[in-house]
Amino acid sequence: MSTIEVAGKTFDTDEEGYLVNLADWNEDIAGHIAKLENVDMTSNHWEVVNFLRKYYEEYQIAPAVRVLTKAIGKQLGPEKGNSQYLYELFPYGPAKQACKIAGLPKPTGCV
Amino acid sequence: MAADVKAPPLRTLPIAPDLAPGAMAGSKPYVATDKMQQALGFPGELGEGWQERALGKMGELLGKYRSLKVYLDSCVHCGACSDKCHYFLGTGDPINMPVARQDLMRSVYRRHFTLAGKVFPKLVGARDLTKEVLDQWYSYYNQCSECRRCSVFCPYGIDTAEITMAGKEIMDAAGLGQKYTNEIIGKVHRIGNNLGLPGPALADTLEGLEEDVKEETGADVRFPLDEKGAEVLLVTPSADFFAEPHVDSLIGYAKVFHAAGIRWTLSSRASEAGNFGLFIGNYDQLQKIALRIREAALELGVKRIVVGECGHAWRVAYSMWNTLAGIGAGGTDPFARQLQSQLDLRYKQPTHICELTWDLIQRGALTLDKEANDHRVVTFHDSCNVARASRMGDTPGGQFEIPRAIIRAVANKYVEMAPGTTHEQTFCCGGGGGLLTDELLDLRVKGALPRMEALREVADGQSVNFMATICAICKAQFTKVLPYYGFKMSMVGGVHQLVSTAIRLGAKH
Repeated sequence: MSTIEVAGKTFDTDEEGYLVNLADWNEDIAGHIAKLENVDMTSNHWEVVNFLRKYYEEYQIAPAVRVLTKAIGKQLGPEKGNSQYLYELFPYGPAKQACKIAGLPKPTGCV
Repeated sequence: MAADVKAPPLRTLPIAPDLAPGAMAGSKPYVATDKMQQALGFPGELGEGWQERALGKMGELLGKYRSLKVYLDSCVHCGACSDKCHYFLGTGDPINMPVARQDLMRSVYRRHFTLAGKVFPKLVGARDLTKEVLDQWYSYYNQCSECRRCSVFCPYGIDTAEITMAGKEIMDAAGLGQKYTNEIIGKVHRIGNNLGLPGPALADTLEGLEEDVKEETGADVRFPLDEKGAEVLLVTPSADFFAEPHVDSLIGYAKVFHAAGIRWTLSSRASEAGNFGLFIGNYDQLQKIALRIREAALELGVKRIVVGECGHAWRVAYSMWNTLAGIGAGGTDPFARQLQSQLDLRYKQPTHICELTWDLIQRGALTLDKEANDHRVVTFHDSCNVARASRMGDTPGGQFEIPRAIIRAVANKYVEMAPGTTHEQTFCCGGGGGLLTDELLDLRVKGALPRMEALREVADGQSVNFMATICAICKAQFTKVLPYYGFKMSMVGGVHQLVSTAIRLGAKH
């Protein structure tokens, strides 16, 4: 088991840096993980992260890429409602990298 | 002397790479946790007695699968396979030569299961199954995508994939499992699909797709879930619900069903076509996962079972569902017989979505606007499990011809990649067999090399800008690795993505 240390506290992550306990998550931890991922968090990044967490709370899974792009398009404007924009925000892929920062488990399977 | 003597420029020939011994010795996937292992009935960790458990399992497999014993006995080290594996071509690591990969197990087999190896181990290259040997297995059996290209060239027909599967099965029995595959198999049993997408999330996603297609076409194309009395049960990889470009093919299937007036449904119980039991060579898991499809078919009362764009799923469906679950002739238990009487046997059971679409195209049941794909110059990447372990249609080679025929029917510009890299000699995408995981990305990028070379040739020479596939793993793998070779990730997509672009539905804007 790996760990990360934020504000003097230690949190468990898996080998890839995904938080083990979803309840541990807070914005400081998100900022810390983002730094490890070389992602500079802007308000647009937070829109995505917050949507992911809201969706996860309801459905126990991250949203499909298409669901996410549609939601972001609604909130940030139609020119941003596409996966290309999401890849600009999260270069390693919106599904995996944004989930990691949002403290959600990694989507698995053929994705 | 003639003045115009000119030698043509030298051609670039496929050249076996320089050997790089040990180059990939450190490549290995994350190990499954004890919980993931125990959920599948495997020991949680190596611990005490692992060697006895491993050798016991190996003995069991040698008794059960005559093929495995024949493969281990019959290799003459002729070398025909040595330069046929994409992982060897991409890494130069000599243990990625199929013969060397087989020898990892062959040496242990000789030591523990043959007289010569028991008495004169050194003379016959026999090795004890030590922890070091096991670690080497874990590394290199997780550098084989079980694509079976090498077996096409083996004069004895030795199938390295079966040896790799046996290796994974033996390691699981010892208590050493691979996280990516084994975590996913657990999710299939717990939640219904590889992704871990629960029913309500699936319903919400499908509802969103109905809105999208309505907006795009004006037509009320449905994405039904758990609808009893539908004619067709579509079983497709869960990535089709979640990822891009996968979802564009799902939209394509839905448009085809809509245009043909076929009542279809997805199932939340069987919301996954993939069967990773194959990758870990475990028959019980293979069967348990396959039985979900039968349960869903019986519950929903469907007449036909159709499989979406998923390579290894089609191998399992075409070649194994009959004996695993009684889908197709073969099963004799009461549920299998019940299913046989329920299914409409005028159709192939199961049917590949490409067979269904091609049949409709031939009957003139679909309106297609090929010009809609004129911005694309398309090539086709044969997926390994479809190419070398299954068939489509009624004639040999149908699995090659039918997807190509569909592409030609929906797009004007189609180009083949170099012979020797397609059809039964197709190169794996580099991510199959349970290797599609982030910690193996370096291996995946290197393993994609031969396919990327063939693609580069047609991209530069014939302006190809779209590579179609019929496999969720191929799509996810190429999306990830294409940029490393200077291609756009959007260059890969599904055959039904092309169908989706070309098909014209009743009500249009």
